[in-house]
Amino acid sequence: MVAAGEPVAADPSSLPERAAPAVRLERVTRRYTGRRGVVTALQDVSLALARGEIMAVVGPSGCGKSTLLELVCGLQRPDEGTVQAEPAVLMPQRDLLLPWASALDNAGLALRAQGLPRAEARRRAAPWLDRLGLAEFADARPAELSGGMRQRISFVRSLLAGKDVLALDEPFASLDAITRAEGQAWLAEALAAEPRTVLLVTHDVEEAVLLADRIAVLSARPGRMLAELANPASRPRHRTDPELIALRERVLVTLGAPA
Amino acid sequence: MRRAVIRFGADRRSLLHAFLLLVALAGAWELYVDVGGGNSLVLPAPHQIAVALYQDRSLLWSNFLVTAEEVLLGVLFAVVAALALATAMHFSRIVRSSVYPLLIASQTIPIPLMAPILVLWLGFGLEPKLIVVGLVSFFSIVVTTLAGFASVDPELTKLMRTFGASRWRLFVSVELRWALPGVFTGARLAVIFAVLGAVLAEEAGANSGLGYVFTQSVAQLLTARAFATVVILSAFAILLFAGIGLIQRIALPWSRQPIGSELEPR
Repeated sequence: MVAAGEPVAADPSSLPERAAPAVRLERVTRRYTGRRGVVTALQDVSLALARGEIMAVVGPSGCGKSTLLELVCGLQRPDEGTVQAEPAVLMPQRDLLLPWASALDNAGLALRAQGLPRAEARRRAAPWLDRLGLAEFADARPAELSGGMRQRISFVRSLLAGKDVLALDEPFASLDAITRAEGQAWLAEALAAEPRTVLLVTHDVEEAVLLADRIAVLSARPGRMLAELANPASRPRHRTDPELIALRERVLVTLGAPA
Repeated sequence: MRRAVIRFGADRRSLLHAFLLLVALAGAWELYVDVGGGNSLVLPAPHQIAVALYQDRSLLWSNFLVTAEEVLLGVLFAVVAALALATAMHFSRIVRSSVYPLLIASQTIPIPLMAPILVLWLGFGLEPKLIVVGLVSFFSIVVTTLAGFASVDPELTKLMRTFGASRWRLFVSVELRWALPGVFTGARLAVIFAVLGAVLAEEAGANSGLGYVFTQSVAQLLTARAFATVVILSAFAILLFAGIGLIQRIALPWSRQPIGSELEPR
């Protein structure tokens, strides 16, 4: 976890840009035309993220969370309302590493995508593999790596895209409990060192309260904003913190879980 | 690495079973001809074919080289052309929707049957053979390469877009590599047709090649020699099939081989 002397930049309230949000959705509605007629994925959703802020979006399956991320990344356009966002990059739920490329080359893929030479992409990706404890696996192919390692490489890949906004789509959903806890720890650590505006979509309420400064709760389809809860605990947070346990309970109750 | 060794061991055992069955079938054939007293001019015994393979080795070898050249060059041209056409179809919806139906319809043309016409146009040389081999190989490579392009995960394409990748970058960094196993699969299927195509093109008009030797041998009632050419052609096709699989294993170790991988050393 992060050391006690936490970097100033990780605390959103101290950032001067707070006035200008990095991501702003206003009354956004998104519909799809499927075989069984029109499906409304998101309805009238408004939210804003300040620069450097981490917001978690939790909700039941099919609440339009992935649609929300694709809107922020500019992969979709809203049917109603407006989406304004700084350049955003996706970190997908499945790692989607290239099976033929080494861990190092996968980590540098976003740089290659932007046209950088291979040597330069490797030079920039190497310190990050080192930082996340993957230095000795730099030459390994994805098939030789564990799920947790693959997800770390996927994260580095998105981070190195150099965009202001990270859109994380249930990054640890496919991992076991221990690997997931490790993942949450290195994510918090990496974001403390390299602050980004983060929109984190997750099923895991504990993960949301642990990582996010604010939590948006969406309803089942069509996804509507049920509540937006501020996290009273400041970073770095710990699972056992009573404030977090209370917040987790509030989120669960908002979602309709039995008290 | 250890796993590879174990797999190789298991595979060698199943190859041994296939070999034993082959020996048993050849033995039954040998017995039938030797004991049954059939006319060996009509059906030569396996040992007579083996003798023909040995005695006619220089004739068979020099004509094998001719056929091998036709097959290898023809398949090479087919791979290059198929890759180019599949890429064009992948990039352009108009090219795909106009070319694809015609490409499938073209498979109804019995290309080897057209070989005499090609000979009429182009003579007894290499060209009509290359055209027949190329055409019969082309289709399977185009189809499997297109399937390779289509198998790229759409989520990966989205991811590359959020990274800021250009269309060309996406093609070079992701799609082309993704399609390569498809190219190999297509080439493996193609070599089987290619050997057949080369022999039939030689029958239509040639003065060398194993297809030519076969036709001449049958006409002269040298059936053992005719069977010897068949043995060589079949072995050649299997060797090419396995060889392409081996190259894929070495060049693209990350890829799987869905079709016919049981014929290869692992």
